[in-house]
Amino acid sequence: MKIKINVATDIVVKPIIAEAIIETGTLLNISQAHINSTKGEITADVPEDDFGKFKDALTSRGAEVSVLDKPILRDEDECVECGACISVCPVKVFTFGEDWSVNLDEENCIQCGTCIEMCPHSALTLEH
Amino acid sequence: MVEKSIHEINRRIKDGSVNVVTAEEMVGIVAELGADGAAKEVDVVTTGTFGAMCSSGVWVNLGHSEPPIKMQNVWFNDVEAYTGLAAVDAYIGATQLSETRGMEYGGAHVIEDLLRGKSVDVHATAYGTDCYPRKQLDTTITLDDINQAVMMNPRNGYQKYNVATNSSNRTLHTYMGALLPNFGNATYSAAGVLSPMSNDPNYVTIGTGTRIFLGGAQGYITGEGTQHDPTNDFGTIMVQGDLKKMNPDYVRAATLHGYGTSLYLGIGIPIPIINENVAQATAVSDADISTAILDYSVTSRARPELGQVTYEELKSGTIDINGKEVPTSSMSSFKVARKIAGELKDWIKRGEFFVNMPVDRLPLDSLVKPMLQTQETPLVGDIMSDNVVTIKQDASVHEAAKNILESAFNHLPVVSNTNSIVGIVTAWDISKAVAEDRYDLVEDIMTKKTITAVPGESIDVAAYRLDLNNISAMPVVDKNNQVVGIITSDDISKLLARRC
Repeated sequence: MKIKINVATDIVVKPIIAEAIIETGTLLNISQAHINSTKGEITADVPEDDFGKFKDALTSRGAEVSVLDKPILRDEDECVECGACISVCPVKVFTFGEDWSVNLDEENCIQCGTCIEMCPHSALTLEH
Repeated sequence: MVEKSIHEINRRIKDGSVNVVTAEEMVGIVAELGADGAAKEVDVVTTGTFGAMCSSGVWVNLGHSEPPIKMQNVWFNDVEAYTGLAAVDAYIGATQLSETRGMEYGGAHVIEDLLRGKSVDVHATAYGTDCYPRKQLDTTITLDDINQAVMMNPRNGYQKYNVATNSSNRTLHTYMGALLPNFGNATYSAAGVLSPMSNDPNYVTIGTGTRIFLGGAQGYITGEGTQHDPTNDFGTIMVQGDLKKMNPDYVRAATLHGYGTSLYLGIGIPIPIINENVAQATAVSDADISTAILDYSVTSRARPELGQVTYEELKSGTIDINGKEVPTSSMSSFKVARKIAGELKDWIKRGEFFVNMPVDRLPLDSLVKPMLQTQETPLVGDIMSDNVVTIKQDASVHEAAKNILESAFNHLPVVSNTNSIVGIVTAWDISKAVAEDRYDLVEDIMTKKTITAVPGESIDVAAYRLDLNNISAMPVVDKNNQVVGIITSDDISKLLARRC
């Protein structure tokens, strides 16, 4: 399952992700990480069974962990189903259906944000 | 030879016996019955397209104010419109940007907002005359409040369009969307099998006066579009329709990131099947329409062609460019194009829309000329300094400092033992190294990712690249990556100052 980890300024220098991985043995798959001196924001996949203990391990170290149910959101009123998003997505979230509808497989989304800028109708947003 | 008159087809539309199919359905019908059989069977073929059409806009007449004004400048929601006409007429162009919101809102958004019944703020200024004394005006209007809102688009409905891709190592933001580095993707536009002009490439039934589906209402073709280029199968049309009757599903504002705003517009053209030649032409399929793949990283009007590809290949999701499998994106919506062809078909079936022959033919043999430029654009090679001083990558920082002092430049291109460019050091890099007590080799402190220019490119392109990368100088290299000069923003500003 897709999660977002937010790390505050005072602990951003500590290796809390590594500690939590070692402690829980969770196979964390990081897809996006934006870390600088003021904050850290990480998008990652964790096996569903490990989520509880991994979240506890991180929150006890001061991080915030939230579940991304829908990492990418589409405004159906704005989308014209052109398919501009299809070729820029590195993980093939968007595909054409039989009837040329643009289908969304949001589970694959790694929140890279490339499609957000590509969409001519500003129909896509990332869940935060 | 099957011959059918427009009168006969319209009579069938009126009595409900008309046989209408979409251009997609027609492919199979002609394959099965032949052109002759299909021409007997089918009366009208409908087409459709829905994509970004930048050369679009709306003429509005606001009605006279009290006291009256002859608007010299006017803004709708901070988007300026053209007013070089009588007092309260103005043209809202789709790509004009908001003066306060920039690229996120433009003329296209004003047009869509008006159509959706939203209020739009109007601000106008004038110089004042005896007949129009007023100098300023502010009001808020909706579409219902104004006299006319006539969409009149100088260039719409491209017969086909080229495919855009990018060989460079940075993402490009173009009117064809984001083009990822190193052929990361390719984008295309137009509806292929449903494209109106591709279904009547000899412009037999599509011409001046043809009644069409425009933005969800009945509209007309008023003539050839600007840059109409039948010689290269790049025909275009000029169209007109009443915005007040349109449907916002088919008139949609867009922002192409880093480019600006545009209008996604729905156009459907009926093709009356007056004979078997016309029927045969409507059998065109995605596989029959090929178009050129162009490299948009080359900033010239003559972008190099990387090959030809059909709409069938484009729609398959990947195309082959120099042996690489490249994913494709459509910038226009085939789903909506299909909906338009279907809706137009329904109108005709229900007897709400009649077909006509053009009152004039579109040109079949014209060509698009490039701009006549009477002032030569200087090239990088003309104004660069060729007395550039370089430094070897294994030289010391001390030596680099000496070179900078002795030369007139703050930038020192760094070269390998074979004199190929490998980096650049600036006076600032050296100061930083000295301040940090790092007396390393040049290669340890240089910037490795060097932005370069070539002698044969225009200085406007070089100036854009300096701007884009926020730098003040670029080494100029030949095709073997040997440094032949340096061009600075100072060189360019001096030249521009002379021009004015």
